[in-house]
Amino acid sequence: MLKARNLNRGSIFDIVNLIFMSFVILLTLYPFYYVIISSLNEPIDLLNGPVFFFPRKFSLANYSYVLRDERILKAAFITISRTVVGSISAVIFTAAFAYGVSKQRLLGRKFFIGMALVTMYFSGGLIPSYLLISHGLKLQGKFLVFIIPNLFSAFNAFVMMSFFRGISPEIEESARIDGANDLIIFFRLILPVSMPILATITLFNAVFHWNSWFDALLYGGRKLETLQQYLVKSIQSANVNVKASSFVSTLSVSSTSVRFTTMVITAFPIVVAYPFLQRYFVKGIMIGSLKG
Amino acid sequence: MNQATALDAINKKKKKVSLRKTFWDQRYLMILVLPVVLWMLIFNYIPMLGLVISFKEYNPYLGPLEAFVKSPWVGLANFREAFTDKYFLSSLWNTIYYSILNLVIGFPIPIIFAILLNEITRTRFKKFVQTVSYLPHFISWVFVISFIHELLAVDNGLINEILLRLNLTEKAIPFLATPSYVPSIMVVSQVWKTFGWNSIIYIAAITNIDPTMYEAAIIDGANRFDKIRYITLPSIKPTIVIMLIFAIGGMISPNFGLFEQMYLLSNSMIQDATEIVDTYTYKMGIVLSRYSYATAVGLFRSIVAVILLTGANFSSKKLTGESLF
Repeated sequence: MLKARNLNRGSIFDIVNLIFMSFVILLTLYPFYYVIISSLNEPIDLLNGPVFFFPRKFSLANYSYVLRDERILKAAFITISRTVVGSISAVIFTAAFAYGVSKQRLLGRKFFIGMALVTMYFSGGLIPSYLLISHGLKLQGKFLVFIIPNLFSAFNAFVMMSFFRGISPEIEESARIDGANDLIIFFRLILPVSMPILATITLFNAVFHWNSWFDALLYGGRKLETLQQYLVKSIQSANVNVKASSFVSTLSVSSTSVRFTTMVITAFPIVVAYPFLQRYFVKGIMIGSLKG
Repeated sequence: MNQATALDAINKKKKKVSLRKTFWDQRYLMILVLPVVLWMLIFNYIPMLGLVISFKEYNPYLGPLEAFVKSPWVGLANFREAFTDKYFLSSLWNTIYYSILNLVIGFPIPIIFAILLNEITRTRFKKFVQTVSYLPHFISWVFVISFIHELLAVDNGLINEILLRLNLTEKAIPFLATPSYVPSIMVVSQVWKTFGWNSIIYIAAITNIDPTMYEAAIIDGANRFDKIRYITLPSIKPTIVIMLIFAIGGMISPNFGLFEQMYLLSNSMIQDATEIVDTYTYKMGIVLSRYSYATAVGLFRSIVAVILLTGANFSSKKLTGESLF
């Protein structure tokens, strides 16, 4: 009797918990779904009221507009370029440092590690960095402004360093006997062996580059507009004047529906890649939580 | 005596030679390391040195290096100005208020989520929920705030449409033009974006609990809630305390997520409510080019952050015995 009651209470809890978790999933995924169905709805029809579950009037007008819009295409090109170039260059640059300081024999090893450690806790803040990058180094309006200031991350360096230390020294020794120097060993041996960790960090770098917009706002200007930055401007112009900006010149699409479509495009690569690359994402999560 | 100095000199010379030799032997390693060291000097240490301009009146019309060296010292004038500026004080107040809100509401949710997740017995469903909950972390704030704009819009906004259809309101509510809605919008979007990611550390802590403890508890007749209360919670308490210290310490420190939210939400109707220290610094420094003043504001905030972290750490050490340092 007592046992039956306990079991019963347990299963009620289970059911409530299951419903609650399903609700959590719904709340997490619905925004993406809502944006997608809104972008797939006929643009003028969307002005009659929001769609809830399915497009009222299915249409690809938004996509054919967006894919012909030069400004968006250019923004996509810049975003993709900075993501690819930025994430790969950063991972190699950071790995080079990490490999160097993973060697006990390195002169000044402790000092270099200390230097990197300090950067994790102290920074000059927004204005001094801005003055350096834009006034001092004159990087304003140059594509490299997205790449160079993001080349190194002390945190990633320490994660890589501990990985490199785990690589068995025998492989290196045999290469050294064959006459390879440290550079050759690093590029030909260490980097290929470390692919799992490098892939994870590249992925996190890529997400960072894809999502960042503030450096585009500070240093990019109109010339180097990224997708996120395009979306930011789109929200802000909608803020300023809702009625006047409701229609894009062609009258076949509205600024709202273009915004939905741009939102789909900005989130698309991440949402689509996420289930497939989940393994790497989760690995990164574990690396992240190790520190905490 | 003479011999000793001679020996010393020889040793010194030897050391110098051997140092040069080791450096030469490691030249390829140095080729890997030194560019990054140079990078850190430029991109991390020069800006730290640049904090000095908060005690100067930086003149942007001089060249960048000249301005840094030649701009006149003004002592604490910039700090004094900040404390007499009511806009700064209100931005400081908003920052503190939003941080406390985020802490009180945002801190417990990942813990509750992790505990409830642990109670799910179907492994595949559990994994699925977990995976889905991390997704918002990887999505940009720009996307989230854009979505909020569409969600809360007066014309054709999802929420207003629902309220109107259910007759809960007669006229669409201008959520994004009403300052009093800003805190709720901020907290809800913050929770949506971070709850899954922030729960990871607790999920990991729960996974590390020895399962025999639960088995023993079942034998002793413990039910589910007993197990949560007497085993799960006490086991993850150290993690909770450490995360709480981090959260309190980080309360007022530069929070890029909060900056993004406020910057993107802001419009002329609600700008008093969306002004936080970061947006104030941005406006003063970047928009108005008042570099010294904005740097001073940022520096002041960092000092307060350090004080908060040390304070949180100290009181936790006294109260619970757990501490970071």
